[in-house]
Amino acid sequence: MSDITIKPDEQVPPAEVPEMELFHSHSWWTTYVFSQDAKVIAIQYAATAISIGVLALILSWIIRIQLAFPGAVSFIDSQVYYQSVTMHGMIMVVYMLTAILLGGFGNYLIPLMVGARDMVFPFVNMLSYWIYLLATLVLATSYLVPGGPTGAGWTLYPPQSILTGTPGYDYGIIMMLVSLILFIVGFTMGGLNYVVTVLQARARGMTLMRMPLTVWGIFTAAVLALLAFPGLFVACVMLLLDRLAGTSFFMPAIVEFGEHKNYNGGSPILFQHLFWFFGHPEVYIVALPAFGVVSDIISVHARKNIFGYRMMVWAIVAIGVLSLVVWGHHMYVSGMDPTFGFFFAITTLAIAVPTALKVYNWVLTLWRADIHFTTPMLFALGFLVTFLNGGITGLYLGNVIVDVPLSATLFVVAHFHMVMGIAPVLVIFGAIYHWYPKITGRMMNETLGKIHFWITFVGAYAIFFPMHYLGLLGIPRRFYEMGQTAFVPDSAHTLNIFITVMALVVGFVQFIFFYNLFHSLKNGKPSGGNPWRAASLEWQTPETPPGHGNWGETLPVVYRWPYAYSVPGANQDYLPQNMPPIKGEHII
Amino acid sequence: MFAAVMILLVVSGSFVFHFMSPWRATPVASNWGSIDETMALTFIITGAGFLAVGLFLVYCLWRFRHKPGSKADYEPENARLELILTFITTLAVVILLAPGLLVWGQFVTPPENATQIEAVGVQWSWSFRLPGADYQLGTSDVRMIDATNSLGVNPSDPRSADDLIVTDGELHLPVNKAVKVLLRSVDVLHDFYIPQVRAKMDLVPGIVSYLWFTPTNIGEYEILCAAYCGNGHPQMRGKLIVDSDEDYEKWLHAQQTFEQTRKAQQKTIKVGVN
Repeated sequence: MSDITIKPDEQVPPAEVPEMELFHSHSWWTTYVFSQDAKVIAIQYAATAISIGVLALILSWIIRIQLAFPGAVSFIDSQVYYQSVTMHGMIMVVYMLTAILLGGFGNYLIPLMVGARDMVFPFVNMLSYWIYLLATLVLATSYLVPGGPTGAGWTLYPPQSILTGTPGYDYGIIMMLVSLILFIVGFTMGGLNYVVTVLQARARGMTLMRMPLTVWGIFTAAVLALLAFPGLFVACVMLLLDRLAGTSFFMPAIVEFGEHKNYNGGSPILFQHLFWFFGHPEVYIVALPAFGVVSDIISVHARKNIFGYRMMVWAIVAIGVLSLVVWGHHMYVSGMDPTFGFFFAITTLAIAVPTALKVYNWVLTLWRADIHFTTPMLFALGFLVTFLNGGITGLYLGNVIVDVPLSATLFVVAHFHMVMGIAPVLVIFGAIYHWYPKITGRMMNETLGKIHFWITFVGAYAIFFPMHYLGLLGIPRRFYEMGQTAFVPDSAHTLNIFITVMALVVGFVQFIFFYNLFHSLKNGKPSGGNPWRAASLEWQTPETPPGHGNWGETLPVVYRWPYAYSVPGANQDYLPQNMPPIKGEHII
Repeated sequence: MFAAVMILLVVSGSFVFHFMSPWRATPVASNWGSIDETMALTFIITGAGFLAVGLFLVYCLWRFRHKPGSKADYEPENARLELILTFITTLAVVILLAPGLLVWGQFVTPPENATQIEAVGVQWSWSFRLPGADYQLGTSDVRMIDATNSLGVNPSDPRSADDLIVTDGELHLPVNKAVKVLLRSVDVLHDFYIPQVRAKMDLVPGIVSYLWFTPTNIGEYEILCAAYCGNGHPQMRGKLIVDSDEDYEKWLHAQQTFEQTRKAQQKTIKVGVN
């Protein structure tokens, strides 16, 4: 309890780390292009990620058109199909979701939310973006090499990824591996920055347990990424050596179309362990920032504190730790020693507990709240429904024996699209609608936003919910055509056509969003500094958009947690984090 | 209001879809009905969870929508409630997991009396090897593959000579006899997948993996590959024909042994050279 209102700073311990000298740019180039300002880097990251994401969207149409109308479009053959599947998956998981959530939102929000002037290593931060851009360009260039991009599936499983039966086995796979190696190099620079900034550059009074959940989510995801990406890095290097230098890390003795290959003694399963040691934490690298963002959006737009903040933080940390020991659930039927199934099923279902608690707490935050159905809030609600659904189907696939009939079917495709495709993408849209006013000083159009939301949410649900049942029926994934198969009824084909039509509709609706995004830059309603009346620090900047150094002359001092909404006894419905304590306030 | 109604439609629509859906698992044709039962249990528990959370969400959206003058409660946490929810969730997870692990225990323990056969994957077809009169399979290695030995069976292993080699992709099995299928690939990853059997497992070059099942229904079933194996992946098909004991014996006697196939192929090669 505190009733001192004079010199409130005295209760706040002094900053532990002295303020650093800020990098000041002197030219247009170093301000807008080779910028070291996290806010500019954030927009560069997001713009690049969204651009390559549009390519992935178009690829998904190719996939869907082939599945619903096999042979109808002459240029789509098995090669193009598998190349599209591979590129769609890899782009969405790594180059789009990871990049925009950490590189985009991480860069923009971490310094502003913890009350720093910038990232602690601005030069490395800039380098991180440019290497990411290079990685993206190398990936896109694989469309120009002979044979085209790799069609090995986004998991790139050897031996097929480097053997002749797979599209792009000659150059495409090399481009893919080089691009991934570059991505990881760039990402490591960014990740170190996010972690160190959160640990070292928080404003006075911004204790760890006063950080917005967005920061907790991004911070934990960045730590996970630093631990997990090296697994993929070494896998890529070793596979590249197998392909180019004739080593046999992942290649046993093989007879390919009657010809004895010069490989001997390697283990294909070793690659899968390395890949999924990265691949499963990767799910949470995408999910944890989304968890954080959605917590903040719900709290602001429901005018209520997030329910069970401490539980939410510990759940994020627990999920992060557990996510490092569940990778084997991707490999239940991989041919590894099946007794591992017992271990991985237990760890995997254990992760359901903290995850479920997060869902409960989001919903409980809405209990006795004052819910404003703004566009960001709608997207957060869309996330709750799709994540609830996708999380639940995870219980099927995590429970080893139930996974056996479902693995490698469309059930898996439906599950991971719902839980780590649709759910985080809805959060990303919500986050853009939510923070756009801070970034640009203008509001996005609400009517267009709501049209965008309802068609995207209901449409995407209509795509992926029925798809589970095709998997239940037993239809395998990665079949570019089903052909004559006795157990597949004609009605399954009708459902496939329905799914494709929905996919085209949902895809086209995204252009409403792009129109809104660009049109509002000039024509949006001026937003002021804090249009949502939010309590967290990023909304309290002296200028909007925040200027160079974010905070003007003096850094903010933080007095409370970021969820002080509808506080009893307060004369306003929210108390900004940097507002000195009010009389009789119970400080959290 | 609109949002509450829409989300109610999505949640309840999911339920209606579930019960109306004509797309369900194929009728099980092996001993693995227990897998279906575990899945049915999972549907019940998770369905209840989905409905409870979904409807509570809809109720909150409707009841606590913004009205002029309304104000939210302030309740940072509720340790008791959080503890209860943790307990219920943990209990549900245990109920899901325990039977699942028991069935998995059976899945990884083939019965002693199971007949060992072998399925071999190659881009993009299936071959099979069955033990001959000695009830044993000879050893094998892909490095021994040549024009007369497409599966890499070890010719110097005395147990190999009478092994039956089936290269037309059609596997016959006797009904109600447990079979342990050893899985071997000569090139890339494949996966032995028969939807009606429920069991599936990858074939990994360099090692021998396995699965086991007891076919329970006489009939014809498709064998698919469920691990992406390159351009011809969907065309990699085989057939499992579950026979009565008599039909099976008939089929078995018509098959050629390793020794016979090898000699026949050596002959054709010689003819080709001459």
